[in-house]
Amino acid sequence: MSDTYLVGFDGTDSSNRAIDFAASRAKMAGARLCVVHILEWSAYSFHTPEELAERHKRREEELERARAMVEPVAAKLKASGIETQTEVRHGHVGELLCTIAKETGAVQIFVGRTGDSVFTARLLGGLAITLAQASPVPVTIVP
Amino acid sequence: MLKRLLLACAGLPLTAGVAYAQESGIDQAISEAIAPIVNPIVNTVFYSVPVFGTNFPLIVAWLVIAAVVFTVYFGFIQFRGFKHSIELVRGDYLDPNDAGEVTPFQALATALSGTVGLGNIAGVGVAVYLGGPGATFWMILAGLLGMASKFTECTLGVHYRNEYKDGTVSGGPMYYLSKGLSEDGKARLGKFLAIFFSICCIGGALGGGNMFQANQSFAQISSIIPFFEGKGWLFGLIMAAVVGIVIIGGIKSIARVTEKIVPGMAVLYVGAALIIIVVNFGEIPNAISAIIGGAFSPTAVAGGAIGALIQGFKRAAFSNEAGIGSASIAHSAVQTKHPVTEGYVALLEPFIDTVVICTMTSLVITITGSWVPDNGVTGIALTSKAFEANFSGFGYVLAIAAVLFAFSTMISWSYYGLKAWTYMFGEGKAKELVFKAIFCVFVVIGASMSLGPVIDFSDAMIFAMAIANIIGLYFLMPKVKALLKDYQAKLASGEIKKIK
Repeated sequence: MSDTYLVGFDGTDSSNRAIDFAASRAKMAGARLCVVHILEWSAYSFHTPEELAERHKRREEELERARAMVEPVAAKLKASGIETQTEVRHGHVGELLCTIAKETGAVQIFVGRTGDSVFTARLLGGLAITLAQASPVPVTIVP
Repeated sequence: MLKRLLLACAGLPLTAGVAYAQESGIDQAISEAIAPIVNPIVNTVFYSVPVFGTNFPLIVAWLVIAAVVFTVYFGFIQFRGFKHSIELVRGDYLDPNDAGEVTPFQALATALSGTVGLGNIAGVGVAVYLGGPGATFWMILAGLLGMASKFTECTLGVHYRNEYKDGTVSGGPMYYLSKGLSEDGKARLGKFLAIFFSICCIGGALGGGNMFQANQSFAQISSIIPFFEGKGWLFGLIMAAVVGIVIIGGIKSIARVTEKIVPGMAVLYVGAALIIIVVNFGEIPNAISAIIGGAFSPTAVAGGAIGALIQGFKRAAFSNEAGIGSASIAHSAVQTKHPVTEGYVALLEPFIDTVVICTMTSLVITITGSWVPDNGVTGIALTSKAFEANFSGFGYVLAIAAVLFAFSTMISWSYYGLKAWTYMFGEGKAKELVFKAIFCVFVVIGASMSLGPVIDFSDAMIFAMAIANIIGLYFLMPKVKALLKDYQAKLASGEIKKIK
């Protein structure tokens, strides 16, 4: 069975570069790609009663929008001859990338540089730093 | 919420004797015109019997008796199920595939922001003033009992909710009263109770959940910011604009900020109380003996032990809304395959509201020795005095908390009222907009006028909700028991197990 590479994708330019870079490596190694899009969400956030009542509907809409963004990218990768699967989930980006890496048995994670200012990165942790601390597999950050 | 503070005044079942924000000719004319119509209704809901020299509103007995019945019927679920409740809120049983849906924690937090409010600050001040430190003991007992009522109503709220094609949900007493009772062949009674509940809920939302909040938070603000004095209409317009932006404009960010600040304020409040308790460590044994001793043989309290009991029970019942049915509306949006789980989660509400936060307030008042019988310092003034004894300037924090608590209560009640409104008039953007617009107008009215009788009336309606709700709960409790047994069997067999 061929190796699986995980790529974080959120539609930004840098995540597109991560896709391109991962695709080139996957082609060389004959690996499969798993394109992951995470909808930032916390189980412990606060909402108004109205938001709660609409939550299920909103979630479906969010998932649909996200799939509409991810699927064309996956289709393009498949067309170029790379076996590709997609994952769209709600949760914390860093944690979920690690979880999905374990689930899919991925051997490497590729993410784009988020380009956050030093301040926000310090404040929020930043995806790259979370991965550096918690990833079960090697991580490549694509500038 | 402050409205409850008023109800707690011994001998004054209603808001009599409270300084309303403003007095003017028009207000008086309207008040005088409607008083003869609403007063009999108000007096009926809050019908009180004198017990050992203290007036005891029967509606409080109605709530407490129901809580005792549910506690026994469900085998002390609030104690035996407490650990499981915590595990559910922590997310131990959350299916990762449901990520993005409403979690038990979110439903609990939202429902709490509707109940934790001025009642926890000001109401306790009244209870301790009138009932002495012993009132605390009875308050805690009533809070513990109320957990069973919440369990019952929130389980039913989820079980009988409506799930629409577009993915939104509507739930609450109006749905379980009509759907649940019609299953028992009592469709007409169910429909009647549901409509009775809805009418009261709309009235309560506009009054106790809105005008009263606006009126009392204005009273607080104008006492510390002289600029606002006599400008209730201005304060009302500002409040109405902010509320309107959230509920009509759909600008969730403001609500989200408040929903974050309110728990923050609650934490700050409890933290400050804890510091005071720790600093006065040596006084703790005395305070505890004052609370327990005062519960059974108080001195300088009207009505003795019974007086303390009545004050404590009133405070708890009015603070945590157990049995009123309101929280069931907020809880019914949760994602769960088993309605009972939401009952478990909801039973934490009276615990946090009454057993933790209200108790903190009364401990601070007792420990700092701020309570002086019959000196006139009561309500928020008593609480403020107790906190100021250790933290000077805490009065300002309390005033800010008052406005924020009022705001979050308004947002919650606007939704409760809206759900009752759409139950009666049907769903639809235009119909919803009408209610939301009316709601905003009532904010201005509440802050700028002193329509005592109107507020009394709407306040009575909140408690009238409990009449319909609890009748329904008695009929439907066997269903809850069946759901509970089924759930417990699945837990025992391992069919439902922890994810984490």
